[in-house]
Amino acid sequence: MSRRVVVTGMGVVSPNGIGISAFLDAIQNGVSGIKFQPLYEELKFSCQVAGRPDFVLEDLKTRNYISEVVFHGLKGTNIGYGLMAALDAWADAGLEYDTDETRWETGCIFGNSVSDTEAMKNVITRVDNKEAKKLGSRVVEQAMNSGVTSYVSGRLGLGNKVITNSAACATGTQAILMGYETIKDGYAKRMLVGSSEYVDTYVFGSFDSMRVLSRKYNDQPEKASRPMSTTAGGFVPGSGSAALVLEDLDFALARGARIYAEVLGGSTNSGGQRTGGSMTAANPQGVIRCIEEAVANSNISGEDIDLISGHLTATNADMQEIQNWCKALGRSGDNFPLMNSLKSMIGHCLSAAGSIESVASILQIVHGFAHPNINLDDPNPEISNHISLNCLPTSVVKKKINIVAKANFGFGDVNSCLIFSKFNPNDTTRDFK
Amino acid sequence: MTRQEILNELKKVLSPYTLDKEALANIDEGTDLIKDLKINSANLVDIIIDAESKYNIEIDYDAADKMVNVGGCIDVIEEKTNQQT
Repeated sequence: MSRRVVVTGMGVVSPNGIGISAFLDAIQNGVSGIKFQPLYEELKFSCQVAGRPDFVLEDLKTRNYISEVVFHGLKGTNIGYGLMAALDAWADAGLEYDTDETRWETGCIFGNSVSDTEAMKNVITRVDNKEAKKLGSRVVEQAMNSGVTSYVSGRLGLGNKVITNSAACATGTQAILMGYETIKDGYAKRMLVGSSEYVDTYVFGSFDSMRVLSRKYNDQPEKASRPMSTTAGGFVPGSGSAALVLEDLDFALARGARIYAEVLGGSTNSGGQRTGGSMTAANPQGVIRCIEEAVANSNISGEDIDLISGHLTATNADMQEIQNWCKALGRSGDNFPLMNSLKSMIGHCLSAAGSIESVASILQIVHGFAHPNINLDDPNPEISNHISLNCLPTSVVKKKINIVAKANFGFGDVNSCLIFSKFNPNDTTRDFK
Repeated sequence: MTRQEILNELKKVLSPYTLDKEALANIDEGTDLIKDLKINSANLVDIIIDAESKYNIEIDYDAADKMVNVGGCIDVIEEKTNQQT
């Protein structure tokens, strides 16, 4: 028996807004979260701009996210982002934090790339100074890759599947897909899903060395992330987190939950690093298959998609991505759906990209708009070989959006694609029972 | 330092690790750190590290095993600080 899965809560910690209402306002108005980072100039990075949420770790304590005992010794920013997004989503779904009993019906799938290199630096320094004894009990839980899921599931008493996933830039969309499948297949009634990423100086420096980052707009930070433009010169790393509460439709209806949208389906695969794919480049065949499978699994056709939330990082992979979407959906020119890249505003949040962009996708369904692609002043001339420029809004478009395709493609040649839909309670074609 | 003085100082060391501030205010030598103050057993290590730093002493594994209640903590701190003078 297969079940319908709906989104009943959302939380977001984004470079251009923390909390759903601030984030909604930012994406409607094309507000950039990219800022100059003086430290990066000092460290002689080529790219000296980044997207970082205006986040204060102490808020976790003062605003009752976690107890002062749990907060004491918490150093990991990545865990902080994840906790805030996840607990905000939980509260947004109308659920209480505290429980004496384990919540067996609810699980958590949350992803990240690295746990926290900055926190690990403390370990390395202590151990190298022969002071391992002084590390204390709180290091391992913050160094382990499952730190976020452990803190979140502990705070909320979650007792179903608790899984930490990692698939580079495809992590967030993959976590949501895995949560969807867990509910659809009947293993859980509710899943708290999402992803987080804290790009500290060590992670940033490693990308900088690959020469894939934007380096010509250090004096104009808000213009530095330029997906699909002629002057796109690499991506801008971003940090943050987002989370969704997914629920079995009947379970959500029974408790009178507010329903934001429905997850119709999705797919995750790999191009196998063959036929054009590599560690760092996507095999177009893999991407096309992933999108086609997501569409087929969702019982829709490519024609039904109103909006694509692209991966579109502002590298030369953008042009290939547009071609892949055209082939996978069988649409091109003026018949191509609207498409936007949230990365134009917040940069590329790596593992957090998929979840933050999914929250943006759902908000566009709920509020009926397509957010602008900012900085698309000089679209790459190759675009018009494939699609009409009218498909790429540069200011907000107010329009009914029924179905959004959200995809991300990551290092290791991994792909994930999700299909979100406006929730229609009378849609019996989705009654799989 | 008298045992009472150490006990008063110990409250500050234990404070970050317990939510039960009332129980902490009323500790005596018989107070069990885990059962009475609801301190997570993993945090006993952090309490030892904090005490080492506060009193500038070293607490070895054998001594640490005694630090499960307030009286035991005072015994160890008293013994180690006396060794230093």
